[in-house]
Amino acid sequence: MTTSLAPSTPAARSRQRLSQRFEQYTQIGVTALLLVIMLIVGSLLYPNFTSGQAIFDLLSKNVFLIPLAIGMTFVIISGGIDLSVGAVMALGSVIAASLLQAGWSAVLVIPIVLFSASALGLVVGIMISRFEIQPFIATLAAMFLARGLCLVITDRSIAINDGFFQTMNLAHINLWEQETVNLRGRVRITDVYTTPSVLIAMALLVVAFVVMHYTRFGRTVYAVGGNEPSSRLMGLRVDRTKISVYVISGFCAGVAGLLFAFYTASGDPVAGIGYELNAIAAVVIGGTLLSGGSGYVLGSMLGVLVLATIYAYKEFDGDLNTGWTRLMIGVLVLFFIVLQRLVTRRRR
Amino acid sequence: MRKLTSNRLLWPAVVLIALLLANLLWNHSFFDITMRDGNLYGAPVDILRRAAPVVLVALGMTLVIATRGIDLSVGAVAAIAGSWASMYIISSGGGSVGVVLTAVAVALLMALIAGAWNGFLVSVLGIQPIVATLVLMVAGRGLAQIITDEKILYPDNSPAYKLIGGGYLLAVPFSILLAGGIFALTAVLTRRTALGTLIESVGVNPEASRLAGVRARPIIFLAYVFSGLCAGIAGLMLTSNSTSADPNSIGLFIELDAILAVVIGGTSLAGGRFSLAGTLIGAFIIETMDAFVVIAISARSTDVFKACVVIVVCLLQSSRVRAWLLNVLRWGRPPSRPRRADPGPKSVPPAADGATAPTLTVPDVNVGSDSDSASGPGSLPVKAKS
Repeated sequence: MTTSLAPSTPAARSRQRLSQRFEQYTQIGVTALLLVIMLIVGSLLYPNFTSGQAIFDLLSKNVFLIPLAIGMTFVIISGGIDLSVGAVMALGSVIAASLLQAGWSAVLVIPIVLFSASALGLVVGIMISRFEIQPFIATLAAMFLARGLCLVITDRSIAINDGFFQTMNLAHINLWEQETVNLRGRVRITDVYTTPSVLIAMALLVVAFVVMHYTRFGRTVYAVGGNEPSSRLMGLRVDRTKISVYVISGFCAGVAGLLFAFYTASGDPVAGIGYELNAIAAVVIGGTLLSGGSGYVLGSMLGVLVLATIYAYKEFDGDLNTGWTRLMIGVLVLFFIVLQRLVTRRRR
Repeated sequence: MRKLTSNRLLWPAVVLIALLLANLLWNHSFFDITMRDGNLYGAPVDILRRAAPVVLVALGMTLVIATRGIDLSVGAVAAIAGSWASMYIISSGGGSVGVVLTAVAVALLMALIAGAWNGFLVSVLGIQPIVATLVLMVAGRGLAQIITDEKILYPDNSPAYKLIGGGYLLAVPFSILLAGGIFALTAVLTRRTALGTLIESVGVNPEASRLAGVRARPIIFLAYVFSGLCAGIAGLMLTSNSTSADPNSIGLFIELDAILAVVIGGTSLAGGRFSLAGTLIGAFIIETMDAFVVIAISARSTDVFKACVVIVVCLLQSSRVRAWLLNVLRWGRPPSRPRRADPGPKSVPPAADGATAPTLTVPDVNVGSDSDSASGPGSLPVKAKS
């Protein structure tokens, strides 16, 4: 079977593999190139744009976007979409804040947040796979539900005074010392640091990478996204995979909610409005095919970095209208969608 | 009787009436309409007025969904139109009728362009509708923010502009008349001409309608343009009613309300047959439901309530749930099957042996890998063109 699929001669086989590789990595290469260009342009426009700390800030200031993008990658590769992640993230932070306010300990609160976010994902997954409701609508309902539950719990932001969350909020992990020149020309020696939240997000990224590319489950996700009927005919557990994917997305949104609670030391019911779009944008920019079946977890990480760089532009340039960042994200998404269209059309 | 129960509008109508009665139980003066200063006031009028923008957006959405599409960008388009009109009216000082007319005309032109952009991406470039309209959903609010320079505008110097969303004409709120007029026009255009049938044919089976000589491209394009226009008018209505234009919140989540209205109204998200009257009832259900939840439960739980309704409605539309429910309604009896004697193994055609199977499948696989790699049971050559 496998031999009949491949071309006969070794030379043709390697040529075909090469062109496949090329197609596979075109988009991710474009994204990486884009990121480098954006960083270079930024460093030409603004001083200290690519100083060590600024690079690490790209991650630490958008750290909650990383889990969202990871979860979204799983969902989109499986051929679905999850519009509920922003609302679930807010729900996670609100649950954490309200339970901590009620005097629960962080040791209990963190598993509860992760569990309830995953449970919501489970419900969505069952609706999609068992009852054949379109992912778009089912996750929309979940978005309403999560956002509504947030508002039922509280209609204003709750501050978190818990010791552990405060520590996570303030903790810096110093990496190395660096000389920086500020605007007045004075040289200062500062520590380049990152935060524990970034480490958590990176750990999640590594786990997701291994699961996606080196496990049977990961390959099943690709197969389901690539062609659901044939993977069903192949005897893959399509329903179970689809449900798992939404559970993973819910879990990741729960992690994002915790990271958000760490970052702001509060639970905010209106946090993360529109974050589902940012997560989808990061995944698309990272080279994942929106029709499913193809994409990379690490690509989505690159996508997050591209978004973070756009936000950094806005931060470094105080006069820049927030509208331009949104417009820029929209244009980038469009660019990559058209690119996807061209690549898939050539493959046909 | 049978005709009545088979009518698709029956269940939405029943739900609407039940909701209205529930409102009446909680608030006995719910249906009271009073004349104040020569204008109509009362809860039903309020519901109609609040439903007007949703009805408009849902009208456009119905046609888009009927072509197998979806338009996520309506909220952003409403924001663009509303902010531009507000900005123009404020910056030109006076609120004379001429200024307002110019503002409205340009704002609607922008909405048309936005719709045409979506239509171009979907019908010409062939990008999936969710994805194509996502672009404008993200970028559109950015444009609105650029228009208003990140400020919240208050176009309160123009009584003429206030008329669109908050004014009265002949004792009836103008927005109701406007939405009703556009609804009637759309109904006539789609049901008294071939347009509605063409839209449905494109939605039911694009390939068959292409073979029948229907040109899908302009029809799909027009559906998105119409949706953009409706969203633009809704944006004007919303900003005019609240006399404020916040690019971040004009029409926020209105796309969800509109999609919900369409789905409740019985139009399938898979495209094809659509029902404008159903959409109208759907929009009224949403607003009545909001009113009920606000009165009876609490204003904060409207979203949870709405989510539950979406889930229930979607589950009811799912064929698996329907089959299961029918089974339950039959008192759990197994579906009656003719109990005939087993016809015996002779009538069964000889089963394919394990040995013959590979010789049958291998040539298939070869053909698949040579001509087009991505063909499988799910992707039959639907896209013969391009």
